[in-house]
Amino acid sequence: MEIEHPVQHKKEKAMDTGNWRNHYPVVDESKCIACGNCVKYCPEACIFLDDSEKAEASKSGKVAKIDLEFCKGCGVCAQVCPVNAISMRTEEGGNNNETKSKKDKEKTN
Amino acid sequence: MNEQLTKNFYPGHATCAGCGIPAIVRHVLDEADDSVVVINATGCLEVTSTLYPYTAWKVPYIHNAFENAGATASGVETAYRILKKKKKIDKDIKFVIFAGDGGTYDIGLQSLSGMLERGHKVLYVNYDNEGYMNTGGQRSGATPYGANMTTTPASETDIGNKTFRKDLMEIVKGHHLEYLAQANVAYIEDLRKKTKKAFQALEKGPAFLLVLQPCTNVWKFPTSDYVKVGKLATETNFWPLYEIEKDNYKINLKIENPKPIEEYLKTQRRFKHLLRPENQEVVNYIQENINQRWNKLLKKAECQF
Ligand code: SF4
Ligand code: SF4
Repeated sequence: MEIEHPVQHKKEKAMDTGNWRNHYPVVDESKCIACGNCVKYCPEACIFLDDSEKAEASKSGKVAKIDLEFCKGCGVCAQVCPVNAISMRTEEGGNNNETKSKKDKEKTN
Repeated sequence: MNEQLTKNFYPGHATCAGCGIPAIVRHVLDEADDSVVVINATGCLEVTSTLYPYTAWKVPYIHNAFENAGATASGVETAYRILKKKKKIDKDIKFVIFAGDGGTYDIGLQSLSGMLERGHKVLYVNYDNEGYMNTGGQRSGATPYGANMTTTPASETDIGNKTFRKDLMEIVKGHHLEYLAQANVAYIEDLRKKTKKAFQALEKGPAFLLVLQPCTNVWKFPTSDYVKVGKLATETNFWPLYEIEKDNYKINLKIENPKPIEEYLKTQRRFKHLLRPENQEVVNYIQENINQRWNKLLKKAECQF
């Protein structure tokens, strides 16, 4: 029996929480020891450990990468990092170009 | 985006920046080997994850009123068992309830009790942020002594909430569960271990997890600090990590030198008034209560059946 659900998960309908942010996290890849703390505790699950070739230069062959699309700028990742590899920077004049969420970029382009 | 962690619960939800609830949901669901159906009582998680037309849930999801998550889960689980028996469903499905402390300690307590009593195979996860946070911070049965809440405001002459937290673990334990545990979102590995055990215990009956969830908004601490505040709750023995397996208590983390409760209180503005010199006695009273409860827990963990 196939049931059509009235509401289904559709990513394009997601709230643009990247817009909430007034600070954004930046990972210092030379410091990151890939412990995974930030990955576990990020409330928006923005972070993953990248083990692709690019990351091989780092100490453990893995490095934390942050996707800012939904990042609310809470600063939890910076707080839980044991080696202070993450720093929070101020967004200048709202979301700047570098960190702008995807939807916002579409609006301006 | 973290592919693994967003498999069941996607971002784009409206939980406050720095809220630990999504981490609880993601890590609990990530431990399930089978398909899951989520049953969610009204509360912070529900109002923030289901803002029409969006849903953050990628798994089947049933929303309930505050009082009946346990009852709904009982019905759904029973229907599933019958359909399985009749061979109309062959999939293995796990049923997980997420509810806040309002929907568990207070309004939903009777339906939780009924569900446990009848032995439905459902995992009940209570994220405990110690109050009715999505309606502005009213006190609940989980609110700690001395907290400044909107319905128990602190003032020059008043210390705020004057009751100790209901002992929900003991209430649930009274239903003879195979497995229940007290966890803390600030200790994710411990939470995941407990979730795994709880899912295994579902073979025999219901399982229950009580998970502390520090609330940046109403406890009043910076958005970056839910893990820090949560850790202090355990390091001061305010929120010990323990589990009860077939009536046997086990303490999962024994803190060598527990910190004085002030260390915890001073991180949150809901307790700010307690740090005034004239309220030192109140702080001592809270400390005494913590010591007593901890000693009782140690004794309970000593006797094994
Ligand atoms: S600032 Fe908050 S939301 Fe953004 S990546 Fe860090 S923990 Fe995640
Ligand atoms: S917490 Fe720090 S060291 Fe650990 S993975 Fe994240 S950035 Fe790297």
